[in-house]
Amino acid sequence: MRGLTLSAAAGEVVALVGPSGCGKTTALGIVAGLDRAFDGVVEVGARPDGGPARLGYVFQEPRLLPWRTVRQNLALVLPRAQRSGPAVDAMLDALELTPFADRFPTQLSLGMARRVALARAFLVEPDLLLMDEPFVSLDEPTALRLRTLLSQLLDRRPATVLLVTHNLREALALADRLLLLAPSPGRVVAEVPVTVPRAARDDTTIEALRRDLLSRPEPAFRLLA
Amino acid sequence: MSLLMPALMPLASILLLLAVWQAAALTVGGRLLPGPVVVAEALLREAESGALFHHMGVTLLRVLAAFALAMSIGVGLGLPMGRSPFIDRLFGPWLVFFLNLPALVVIVLAYVWFGLTEAAAVGAVAVNKIPNTVVLVRAGARAIDEGLIDMARVYRLSPADRLRHVLLPQLTPTIAAAARSGLALIWKIVLVVELLGRSDGVGFQINLLFQTFDVAGILAYTIAFVAVVQLLEYGVLQPVERRCQRWRRMPAEA
Repeated sequence: MRGLTLSAAAGEVVALVGPSGCGKTTALGIVAGLDRAFDGVVEVGARPDGGPARLGYVFQEPRLLPWRTVRQNLALVLPRAQRSGPAVDAMLDALELTPFADRFPTQLSLGMARRVALARAFLVEPDLLLMDEPFVSLDEPTALRLRTLLSQLLDRRPATVLLVTHNLREALALADRLLLLAPSPGRVVAEVPVTVPRAARDDTTIEALRRDLLSRPEPAFRLLA
Repeated sequence: MSLLMPALMPLASILLLLAVWQAAALTVGGRLLPGPVVVAEALLREAESGALFHHMGVTLLRVLAAFALAMSIGVGLGLPMGRSPFIDRLFGPWLVFFLNLPALVVIVLAYVWFGLTEAAAVGAVAVNKIPNTVVLVRAGARAIDEGLIDMARVYRLSPADRLRHVLLPQLTPTIAAAARSGLALIWKIVLVVELLGRSDGVGFQINLLFQTFDVAGILAYTIAFVAVVQLLEYGVLQPVERRCQRWRRMPAEA
């Protein structure tokens, strides 16, 4: 990666779209503070109440603790005093996970496990939500269902989101703005705002937006094909 | 027949051992190698007098104290050594030294430096087991899933939560292996410690019996103690391990 600059306004959903190997995951790791071997600056604004911004991270693999149940996996990210409170149950309910609350992650399908990871990220009420290919290797109906749930969660509780994906449809369905990345060195080559409100983006709209992007003549858009 | 075989084999094995023992006793004869019946009588005699339970109880307490000490210190040192190359390089040579230290040297030095005390006895036993626990736990800590560590960092889990929910569960198989080999080693060393510097316990008692060449008594205490340690292994260690690992055996989603 070299000279990679990106910014997101509060409450904005930004999708990083690009082929594998262009440093998308690395960029998220740097923003999250997990990767410190870089030269550059990361600035995350403070909360309105002055506290440090809360971070949610949906990793490419669900990264649930296999030895804790779904409910315990969720409760663990809350401060100790709130763990037995209603927040966990409410989140389980919102993501239709209540029947699975006492299962261990090894008993879940990948789609369900990803749903738990999503629930965990929203449970901390994140100001900044980082998502790394959150719906990859799911079948299309499951991915679509999860995408809808994510949309609903964001409508209910907005957060600034950096969404890493190589799936253009997914990016167009969720993001307010797309950043197209190119590899070696990883950098932003094009910026595409999506002006249609998220709620109004049905399959036809998304397909039209996609066709429009793919037909653009600039070299940056050829990477998408 | 084939269905009963797995259940009957251990029993047959024990009966065979008793038969070999009896045959050997008949060949050698006399007080040098008493047969199973004579040893059983000695066992009964010691049990009736209460001496057996007193000495076994004392020894068992020492085993448990040394075990707890060795396991907690072993995990406490092995975990940071497995996680941090710096700490590993700093203390690695110490580990090699202590791994090669003969048990007898540790025991004698502990008694010389700290007197013939309970603390010296238990401490000496623990020191003999700690290096082995450290080596096992260090290897386990090196294999820890970095993805889950990153998850714990992002969600700002407290150090206590990371230890309890992220690190220790991954180390359970390692700790269980260390506990099992630890129990086997510790009870043997406790007897030596008792023989050299305590005035009760199975080791002390065996020393007394040795001075009167009471082989039946020695065998009686040995068998009783082996039985108790096996009971600890199957009655406590293995159920605890099974409980810690129950998430592994959950059936997949129907």
